[in-house]
Amino acid sequence: MTHQFPSLSPEQKKELSDIAQRIVAPGKGILAADESTGTMGKRLEKIKVENSEENRRYFRDLLFSTDPSISNCVGGIIFFHETLYQKSDSGKLFPQVIKDKGIVVGIKVDKGTAGLNGTDGETTTQGLDGLSERCAQYKKDGCDFAKWRCVLKISDSCPTSVAIAENANVLARYASICQQNGLVPIVEPEILPDGTHDLLRCQYVTEKVLAAVYKALSDHHVYLEGTLLKPNMVTAGQSCAKKFTPQEVAMATVTALRRTVPASVPGICFLSGGQSEEEASLNLNAINQVPLNRPWKLSFSYGRALQASALAAWQGKTANKAAAQEAFCSRAKINGLASKGEYKASGSADQASMKSLFSASYIY
Amino acid sequence: MTHQYPALTTEQKKELQEIAERITAPGKGILAADESTGSMGKRLNPIGVENTEENRRRYRQLLFTADQRIDSCIGGVIFFHETLYQNTDDGTNFSKLIKDRGIVVGIKVDKGVVPLAGTDGETTTQGLDGLSERCAQYKKDGADFAKWRSVLKISENTPSELAIMENANVLARYASICQQNGIVPIVEPEILPDGEHDLKRCQYVSEKVLAAVYKALSDHHVYLEGTLLKPNMVTPGHSCPTKVSHEEIAMATVTALRRTVPPAVTGVTFLSGGQSEEDASINLNAINNCPLAKPWALTFSYGRALQASALNAWRGELSKENAATEEFIKRAEANSQAALGKYQSSGSGTAAGKSLYVENHAY
Repeated sequence: MTHQFPSLSPEQKKELSDIAQRIVAPGKGILAADESTGTMGKRLEKIKVENSEENRRYFRDLLFSTDPSISNCVGGIIFFHETLYQKSDSGKLFPQVIKDKGIVVGIKVDKGTAGLNGTDGETTTQGLDGLSERCAQYKKDGCDFAKWRCVLKISDSCPTSVAIAENANVLARYASICQQNGLVPIVEPEILPDGTHDLLRCQYVTEKVLAAVYKALSDHHVYLEGTLLKPNMVTAGQSCAKKFTPQEVAMATVTALRRTVPASVPGICFLSGGQSEEEASLNLNAINQVPLNRPWKLSFSYGRALQASALAAWQGKTANKAAAQEAFCSRAKINGLASKGEYKASGSADQASMKSLFSASYIY
Repeated sequence: MTHQYPALTTEQKKELQEIAERITAPGKGILAADESTGSMGKRLNPIGVENTEENRRRYRQLLFTADQRIDSCIGGVIFFHETLYQNTDDGTNFSKLIKDRGIVVGIKVDKGVVPLAGTDGETTTQGLDGLSERCAQYKKDGADFAKWRSVLKISENTPSELAIMENANVLARYASICQQNGIVPIVEPEILPDGEHDLKRCQYVSEKVLAAVYKALSDHHVYLEGTLLKPNMVTPGHSCPTKVSHEEIAMATVTALRRTVPPAVTGVTFLSGGQSEEDASINLNAINNCPLAKPWALTFSYGRALQASALNAWRGELSKENAATEEFIKRAEANSQAALGKYQSSGSGTAAGKSLYVENHAY
């Protein structure tokens, strides 16, 4: 590691940095609308809607053609491949609809998980083959950022060092290739919330995973100012007997990030995992109130936590379109406020008393 | 890396973090007075003073007895082993003297560099043997922080991966052992300024070295909030034909740190390397004025850059001791201002300085 062979020109760096800044501009976050065909099936099945291409198009159109004021809280939208080439009712390609609203277009580029042999069901993620050419094409087709999801889990023996190292490496390769093609890579090392482990255990594992991710990004010469991170919040496992407050989740999350994520990363957009819409907003809000120095934007990249109510309101009926859009707008606005620490859930105390719940005596 | 076996209790963590915060409180930095006996010889020789234990004692005394003006500028003093057990003329132990005036006492604990066979003159640093017991004793004798210096150099083939990895590892072991004994470790991975390389090369190497250091600290379960970093500033090599401005040094330095040093690290206390007293202050000031978010304290841990004028004024003479102390106080105050980004050196306007910051995507 003695000599630099610059991977990006100053102009390329500036472009990537500007895109990242636009996505996480104050009060804005990401709508993760990149559910694969199979995953969309799971969402539509819940409201008894057929998983047809037209239904998928209709629902995304419903979200994307919402009032333009949505761009005050949504800085970027992640697409699935199919959706990138679909059109709105008005005949306009979806990327153009989004761009016209001043929102940045993103694309999911990974090809799902693959088993790591010899492990207890751990995985890596595939999709590197021909990725550079795919990214170049996506850039032409209107995308400016990409997303790649790696998955780790906590159990008695997991995550293992091979799972951590392999996923960190594949994320770094993906990020490097994206940047070569003018796409800002969102780096997503998701640690699943499944399990009986407590908050401290999740924090410990999250710190180890993120340290490995950023070492790999450094080794692969990735330009951090032109990336975003999409991590899990630090929470107890879903089957953990003990419950924790949003303030405890927030403090553990921010502490873990402060110990591992360099300040040059412009933004951290949390995944919502299994959280309910309200939980995801309350936790994000608490995160933005933690009384510790937070040099990156702390925002959202939510799928279910932005769409659950909209899906429920829609029920597959055109008559419910406006109500569904209203539900989506409402969650988007709330999360926009949460990303600034300004969300007041009805019945919740004001900022001052919220702050006092961050017990200074609990050292993580 | 599945389970945590906590290395420190909540109380231990709290103590370490508070010590680190006291050392790097706003406007404060470190006086590195830990020159080994051999290094002191190099300082005393040029001013015609014999390198005796008494002369070393008299010299440190004139620094440590400076008046209350330094109390708001100096957060910590790094001692060499011999000095920790020396006294003032009236019999007050130096460590107690410093501690009683509210300044944190630190101790150099490494035992110097040793070669890495098979490399182009690269080194690692020794001193881990019995380090835990030594730290425990130093803590009893008044020390609350320690310092360990690893050294890397830039040339055609260096630093090698081995040198980076080995020094990062040994720094992490040292840090881990210190914390077990209530001592805040200052982690010093110095990249020497010798060479013809330019600013960009130094920045690149600094980023790689620091990334390795923080990965090693994570692997060794070191509590970052209870550590300090003592890095080189990012500068061109001494023999580089291209000169750069203070703002360029500042931007390259802050950019490198932002890419590698987690926000949880309480403070960054720069070494002065071969810089003149004035350059060290102006550069630190420019760093603190750099228009990028800087989540750690950015201050000084200077040896020569705090003492050069003092040594020169003293020249070993009893009658010159007060004048020498005055020189030291002057530099302490200058660097305190620089750590706040408020230093006005005669001849440079801060307004004109600000506009020279090149956008960081060029780095």
